[in-house]
Amino acid sequence: MIRVASLAALLALWQIGAVFSDPRRLPGPLAVFETILAEAASGALFSNLAITLARVAASFALAMSLGTAIGYLMGRNRLADRLLDPWLVALLNLPALVVIVLAYVWAGLTEIAAISAVALNKLPNAVVVIREGARALDPQLQEMAEAFRFPPGARMRHLVLPQLAPYLAAATRSGLSLVWKVVLVVELLGRSNGVGFEINMAFQLFDMKLLLAYALPFVALMLGVETLLVQPLERYVARWRRGVA
Amino acid sequence: MSPAGGAASLNVAIAHKDHLRASGEPLRALEDLRLTLPAGQAGAVVGPSGCGKTTLLRLIAGLDRDYVGHIALPAHGRLGMVFQEPRLLPWRSVADNIAIAAPEASSPEIAALLDDLALTEHATHFPGELSLGLARRAALARALAVKPDLLLLDEPLVSLDAALARGLRDKIAALIDEKRITTLIVTHDLAEAIALADRVFLLSPRPARIVATLDIPAPRARLTKASGLALETQAREALLRSQ
Repeated sequence: MIRVASLAALLALWQIGAVFSDPRRLPGPLAVFETILAEAASGALFSNLAITLARVAASFALAMSLGTAIGYLMGRNRLADRLLDPWLVALLNLPALVVIVLAYVWAGLTEIAAISAVALNKLPNAVVVIREGARALDPQLQEMAEAFRFPPGARMRHLVLPQLAPYLAAATRSGLSLVWKVVLVVELLGRSNGVGFEINMAFQLFDMKLLLAYALPFVALMLGVETLLVQPLERYVARWRRGVA
Repeated sequence: MSPAGGAASLNVAIAHKDHLRASGEPLRALEDLRLTLPAGQAGAVVGPSGCGKTTLLRLIAGLDRDYVGHIALPAHGRLGMVFQEPRLLPWRSVADNIAIAAPEASSPEIAALLDDLALTEHATHFPGELSLGLARRAALARALAVKPDLLLLDEPLVSLDAALARGLRDKIAALIDEKRITTLIVTHDLAEAIALADRVFLLSPRPARIVATLDIPAPRARLTKASGLALETQAREALLRSQ
């Protein structure tokens, strides 16, 4: 209820702002909604959303799987941690734009370059979070698993992954929002379709209606992924905590 | 670690075991500690707190291999261990905790164990929902489910109230008599050791070694109150003599 009221207040604020400004600078919610409908009717909205979403999914999956493996290794192995830490710090502090431009220069304006550039932007963040998780694994449970000779598969499934789950959830949360923002930049700089490309077009034509008509549905889409996928998964994984005082 | 032929008894001969202090200098925890426990018997290691009992148990369990000496486990060397803290996986139910640790155990076997330890109604509960007494019993069920050649119990009755402790002590005694698993119990409580064991090993303060071994001719259910008290006196005298 409060969430709906808060959303309504935001819309009202937007409408008031639109009344007092040039419609070319800030079009009202209704005008934007009409543009969304028009773009949806032509099919362009869905194809662009789908292609952007596919890029988000591919680069996110790549960054998370690599980041989890590297982060776990660095958290459990001191030598690996000391060897890879300078690389990690360098990558963490490398601006997204530099990674994207380098990827396009070295690998051409290709899909592979685009997806790897996004993944490379998310990777260090995933590594840092999962490394913390791997460092925090309970040594008492490790000993228990050793005494009972848990095979490696059981150790991973029943001991390590449940302890990493909150860290994986945190990396997913921050990762999804970061990845989709970077995907738009990648599309703007070197792709000929997707939400980022359309926003670039809108910018060139100075068409704020079109810009918002692409930005808002995508935000809504990511919000849907968060509430319908990430949060229920998180609740399921944490169900054992319910009984704890 | 156990010879191929399978010496059935537990043989421990530790020359010495040092811990490294934070300052870097070694601290001697165990010195010249020898004990033998025949197959199928229960032994209890008794000593003042901080004397190195848990260290000894960790060496026997193979959790710490940094020592000088030799340890031979009973044949096959399958371990069942009950730690002082129950150390159950908090994100798995009681029944799953047992099944994960003992994948060879069939579900009727697990059900029978749960029933034996009065845990049936808690089978689907998560460890966070259990009291310490219940969690200890679940940890004991898990250790028994692997059908161990050697059962290690670290202070199994500590931090339980008197009635609960007595109940669990009688349960453990009955299980030892019934299953005849070679069992080593570590405790600070002499009366508890005498109530549970066939053989009691008395430890000195650190660095720990065995100062006396007490054989209990009529253990557990057959132990009378008078003989228990007599054994306790005998043990205290042995400890005094060693000082």
